Amino acid sequence: MAEQATSEVQHTEQMSFVRKYIFSVDHKVIGKQYLFLSLFMALVAGTMAYYVRWQLAWPETAVPGAGWIPEPTAFSGIIPPEFYNALVTMHGTIMVFFVGMPLLLGAFGNYLLPLMVGARDMAFPRLNMMSFWTIFTASLCMIASFFVEGGSAAAGWTGYAPLSADPIYTGVTWGLNLWIIGLALEFTSFLMGGINFLTTTVTMRAPGMTMLRLPLMVWMQITAAVLFMLSVGPLVAGAILLLLDRTVGTGFFLPGKGGDPLLWQHLFWFFGHPEVYVVLLPGIGAVMEILPVFSRKPIFGYRTIIWSTMVAGVLSFLVWAHHMYVSGMDPNLVMPFSITTILISVPFAVIIFAFMATLWGGSIEFKTPMLYAIGTVTTFIIGGVTGIFNGSPPVDIFIHDTYFVVSHFHFTLFPSVFLGGFAALYFWFPKMFGKMMNETLGKIHFWWTMICFNLVFIPMFVLGMGGHMRRIYNPMQYDFLKPMQGINQFITYSAILLLLGQIPFIVNFFWSMFGGKKAGDNPWNANTLEWATTTPVPHENFDTIPTVYHGPYDYSLPNQNEDWQPQHLEKEPAAVA
Amino acid sequence: MSDIAAVPQPLQKNGKGMFAGQRQELVINSSLFGLLIFIGTEIMFFAGLISVFMIIRAGTDTWPPAGQPLLPVGITTINTIFLLVSGFTMYLARKAIGHNNTKALTRWLGLTALLGAIFLAVQGSEWVRLISFGLTISSSTYGGTFYTLIGCHGLHVLGAMIALLRVLYKSVRGTTYSSSNRTGVEMCSAYWFFVVAIWPILFVLVYLN
Repeated sequence: MAEQATSEVQHTEQMSFVRKYIFSVDHKVIGKQYLFLSLFMALVAGTMAYYVRWQLAWPETAVPGAGWIPEPTAFSGIIPPEFYNALVTMHGTIMVFFVGMPLLLGAFGNYLLPLMVGARDMAFPRLNMMSFWTIFTASLCMIASFFVEGGSAAAGWTGYAPLSADPIYTGVTWGLNLWIIGLALEFTSFLMGGINFLTTTVTMRAPGMTMLRLPLMVWMQITAAVLFMLSVGPLVAGAILLLLDRTVGTGFFLPGKGGDPLLWQHLFWFFGHPEVYVVLLPGIGAVMEILPVFSRKPIFGYRTIIWSTMVAGVLSFLVWAHHMYVSGMDPNLVMPFSITTILISVPFAVIIFAFMATLWGGSIEFKTPMLYAIGTVTTFIIGGVTGIFNGSPPVDIFIHDTYFVVSHFHFTLFPSVFLGGFAALYFWFPKMFGKMMNETLGKIHFWWTMICFNLVFIPMFVLGMGGHMRRIYNPMQYDFLKPMQGINQFITYSAILLLLGQIPFIVNFFWSMFGGKKAGDNPWNANTLEWATTTPVPHENFDTIPTVYHGPYDYSLPNQNEDWQPQHLEKEPAAVA
Repeated sequence: MSDIAAVPQPLQKNGKGMFAGQRQELVINSSLFGLLIFIGTEIMFFAGLISVFMIIRAGTDTWPPAGQPLLPVGITTINTIFLLVSGFTMYLARKAIGHNNTKALTRWLGLTALLGAIFLAVQGSEWVRLISFGLTISSSTYGGTFYTLIGCHGLHVLGAMIALLRVLYKSVRGTTYSSSNRTGVEMCSAYWFFVVAIWPILFVLVYLN
């Protein structure tokens, strides 16, 4: 029946290949473009992590697989300090801005949001296309920065001034300018995306789709969009000033010229902290969709989750200076920011409890998306709890800028970007590509990734508490770090295994896309509207715009024939008791 | 209940680019809503610039630094009045199209554009004078903040002017706008109100400090 419906849909115009797959205005194609871009950039930034880890474990030895890099960037595989700084900087920048955001907001936001609210497309399809090609240009800027004189940006992903504000400190000239321009383009791209997300959700919902019947993924996406758009303005202002400092000789961030280097840190972190939630929320949004489906239970506390997210969103604008306790800012600011930082863990604790209550007593089915969803939550808890250590000033004074912090933020960002991203990908792959992914390979991928991730980052907490500084080129230069070099080598072995663990995923991804088992319209028996349309999703998404009768999580209701109630179907009359 | 696909129905366009069954009555026009969100981010952008100014100003004892010219407060006050009046004429243009009065719309839009052009021209000539007095973007943080804050505002007025001239052009041609089709005018005026409203804050901060 479903296939017949698809074939009956006649497109009014035949589109050329270029219009259909390259400069497409269809949110589904744009979502896939974002997906491929982010996965490619993840490979690039993952390779950088490997080079960095090798240098830390076996300093100044030739890195296997880096021999192709020409001099003077590297010397037959040996990474010099300048290139090491560039690698660390670009690994962070690319992972946050060119993997995390395009994967979670760009790919899944674009693909799912119109389907989930029951719209034909985004509110501004052409703006949507521009947003992809803007981030594509931004990615080219980032990659091009490696090939210009002086190499790529090397001032850390936070670009602290004055290190970033004057080329004499890093020796990087156009590389850092391109970094600023690339970031500005990336922000523009997500500004367009955010406007689209919000407008689509507010004005294009299907009949009956009230705000409190929206799937939580949509709520998370639009909250993330709001957080991003409210926080990015000051950083764009800062980026313009930084570029002026570097090019026309102003001195906004240079103390020698009357400027204030701390100002950059304030502008950066005013954006930087909400940004953490911009990446986190869509990741746990995917978890919120997956947990009810695979435990066949309504999500626990739908409204509570929404309110908690909003509280966390508001608080996220009031915590930024916790990144700056030891920066020399006014010490009177430390206490208030410490209080807000510890407060912000409360709404997230509420959300985690809602997850556990959702699982409680459910008929849990451990399919790959479910494993990843549970993995996201369990891993994120470690990241969240160690955040409280960092938020407490006396502890932070000791662990600031050590590997404890590095491990902490990897424990927050890796679950949200990769575990959440993989959960979403395994879950929505059947809808996006019309094929099921292989379960066995998926499970191998999950366990391999989970175990190796923890083997990489749990030892890093030990390193950090031992006083191992981050951003150093060669730990062997410090006597007190030498006894811990074994841990560094262990971490590098695990990191290499973690990277190799992605091979089953890559194989699975492409093999399933072309040769996988055909997926039906609704392989997981889920309720939300994206499963109500046919697979592959037709142009304009729905044959008829569905009418929505109830919320998205009505699983295992009493007195119903089925344990799931699609949003676009009225509930069946209660069976005779 | 084994098949949940919606009952297949052929697509029917209803002449407005919408499809049968699509929700028609919108809470707010999408384009206008999108623009309002964009203005929200612009406000945050200026908030960033303003905090930069305030922090740098608070950290500097002599303002303006020795040898740097004072800003032209008198002529800029008059210029401020021009810009504020343009906000009022824009309001009248908006009101005119609400009453379906396209002639008045063209008149008020034209006057707004004229006032905006005067504002930009005066700002530009003052910049030329200031540069000749030795105030450049790199001469001091005083010059740097002045040119970036006022320059960013000037660029926004320029952008708003381009949108305004486009709307004016359409309005001169006559048939484009009516009381039921006025999204273009509403978007243009919303953005114009934004560039007008942010100016007094910048004026007080930068010129009267």
